[in-house]
Amino acid sequence: MKMTGAQITIETLIEQGTEFVFGYPGGQVIDLYDAIYQAQDRIHHILTAHEQGAAHAADGYARSSGKVGVVMATSGPGATNLVTGIATAYLDSVPVVAITGNVPNSLIGRDSFQEVDITGITIPITKHNFFVKNIEDLADTIRRAFQIAKSGRPGPVLVDIPKDIQTGKYDYTPMPVVPKEEQRKPKEYKLEKTARMIKECHKPFIYVGGGAIRAQASEEIVQLANLIDAPVGCTLMGLSVVPQDDPHFLGMVGMHGHYASSKALSEADLLLVIGARFSDRATGNVNKYGRHTRIIHIDIDRAEVDKNVAVDLGIGGDVKEALTELLKLVEPCQHDDWKKRVETLKEEEKEQFEKTTPLDTLNPYTLIQEVQKYTQPQTPIVTDVGQHQMWVAQYYRFQNPHTLITSGGLGTMGFGLGAAIGTSLATRQKTVLFTGDGSFGMNLNELATLSRLKAPVVIIIMNNGVLGMVRQWQNLFFEKHYSQTTLESHPDYVQLAKAFHMKGYRIEAFDELSSVIEQAMKEEGPALVDCHIDKDELVLPMLPPGGSFDDIITEMEGA
Amino acid sequence: MEERFIIAILVDNKSGVLTRISSMFTRRGFNIDSLTVGTTEDPRYSRITISARGDLALRKQLIKQAFKLYNVKEVKIMPEHESVRRELALIKLRNKQETRGDILSAVDIFRGKIIDFSPNTLCVEITGDTSKIDAFIAVVSPFGILEMCRTGVTALERGCHYLNRETQTFEDQKSVQEKEC
Repeated sequence: MKMTGAQITIETLIEQGTEFVFGYPGGQVIDLYDAIYQAQDRIHHILTAHEQGAAHAADGYARSSGKVGVVMATSGPGATNLVTGIATAYLDSVPVVAITGNVPNSLIGRDSFQEVDITGITIPITKHNFFVKNIEDLADTIRRAFQIAKSGRPGPVLVDIPKDIQTGKYDYTPMPVVPKEEQRKPKEYKLEKTARMIKECHKPFIYVGGGAIRAQASEEIVQLANLIDAPVGCTLMGLSVVPQDDPHFLGMVGMHGHYASSKALSEADLLLVIGARFSDRATGNVNKYGRHTRIIHIDIDRAEVDKNVAVDLGIGGDVKEALTELLKLVEPCQHDDWKKRVETLKEEEKEQFEKTTPLDTLNPYTLIQEVQKYTQPQTPIVTDVGQHQMWVAQYYRFQNPHTLITSGGLGTMGFGLGAAIGTSLATRQKTVLFTGDGSFGMNLNELATLSRLKAPVVIIIMNNGVLGMVRQWQNLFFEKHYSQTTLESHPDYVQLAKAFHMKGYRIEAFDELSSVIEQAMKEEGPALVDCHIDKDELVLPMLPPGGSFDDIITEMEGA
Repeated sequence: MEERFIIAILVDNKSGVLTRISSMFTRRGFNIDSLTVGTTEDPRYSRITISARGDLALRKQLIKQAFKLYNVKEVKIMPEHESVRRELALIKLRNKQETRGDILSAVDIFRGKIIDFSPNTLCVEITGDTSKIDAFIAVVSPFGILEMCRTGVTALERGCHYLNRETQTFEDQKSVQEKEC
């Protein structure tokens, strides 16, 4: 059937399973938006306040559903506003397809109005990108974009469509959803070697990253931990892959990881790394890393093997597939001494926690605990970036995979609100956004989107009036020179919520905590809670940048 | 150990592909000494030859990162003793009576060619591996190099090894296997 390029684009998106397009119209995508108008009974467009919010929403949608998120923007500034969102998705391997309009081919290269070389700009932050030169290639290019985005290690793909391609006409034939590209199988001799190395070790540690969530390998990891009697730690991106109350689970490792987890990792004699990439925030100083340890690394992206840390055995391939095969080869074992040691570490962690965290004051811990009372295991938790993000990672007890939506690799402040909107649409669940007053200030314009959608997002602002994470570094490493980290505007967030027709609450004292959280969590639609916390709260433990796990800071005197 | 190595990459013959390759090198912090690109026996593909420096870990990482790019079909290190490598240089020198004889004999010894001759200048074409060209330049630079350009290294493996796996025929495989045995 003959259609315009714009119609072909939208039909191909629908054909590939797109429910929601997040975006913002503009001059060079008017035709695409007209095609959306015509197809509005089959595809929903979510108008955001800013293209960055749309990109984060598509990202949140993809992270929480495991499907491909789609974002659309016009040429020039529309396209460049996507850049932070695309980079965020790239660093955390999230499947997103970004569609941008561009000036007609005849005007390309002339610095035309709102022209920008967005394919050039996004080369280093996409898995791949396309500029559509001929309308014959349009539908197949979009299909290929979906395929690349979701295959192997997922990631964002951008398709730039000039205006004349959108207005041109060509035949469109519907096609089925493109399958994922075949991946090479994990090599059997390597899995056998893994089983031997597991048999020979005394202190195994399973270290899981976000790749395990994408591969949906939770069950296999829990089984393996049981079988070989190994503690499990994870990266920030790996949180939620193993239920927090699993007896083998020690929590997050790394710069602000759980003490027992980070320590156990540094003492292990065998590290089984699954779908993680040895980020500097997770490993500390890589030169001091794994000194006594043999390392096995399983990842779908072969380039991750030996990239940051040289390992003893690298296995490329799908994590779930590799673990399924490995489970057949591994013999059950017990490590009683190691278990005892891990128990001691857990005791130490508990003591430190009790020493540093009061349970009867308004602080990040009591706040997160209170919120947790009203959430379900499947409730998605979204965060922004900074201290609050680390507190959530440390204190919230995640049960189901895909329930932590956070910007790990890029650390994008302002990610949260957009991502929470995408997440709540994808999951149709009450969604909690933990944010800080710094991060929230970056993209609070998306309150407009949230209030229009009336999506059940509860925004919890940990308001300390400062840019807490940078302030913490200034406190510890820059002689308390609080350069530009004090926010003195003190906006009235309750009034702000009101301005957007949302319920707003404020918590200033511990005795208000429980009743206010209860009310806010029971709201049908969106709600905002402005919770005041002390500006000198620190995220502890902390591994100083460039330090090893022996240098963990667990408490501060008079901070 | 830091070593010079030559890597050959077979890529889709499309616009923008070179940018993707060089962007990846820049982004990952790999330094390029030289890069050449040209068409191949198959019009669908171009061949890029890159000369770079680094240790074994860097070489491996570079190959894997290059393989991840969607326009890349094959990536291979050109092994030092099992490949032929050539570079071409054009060197313009001052044409003076007193030095002409020395220049001509150097060109002769290095098996170069004079390809342009004017009252004031002469231009030498010289082909060889990088070290030969470096040596020639060292010899003639006292005579005054006015201008020069080098193509960068390009390389092919010796014998029945090809960058494009599809080129490998049954006979090729047999001869390779026999040799390896």
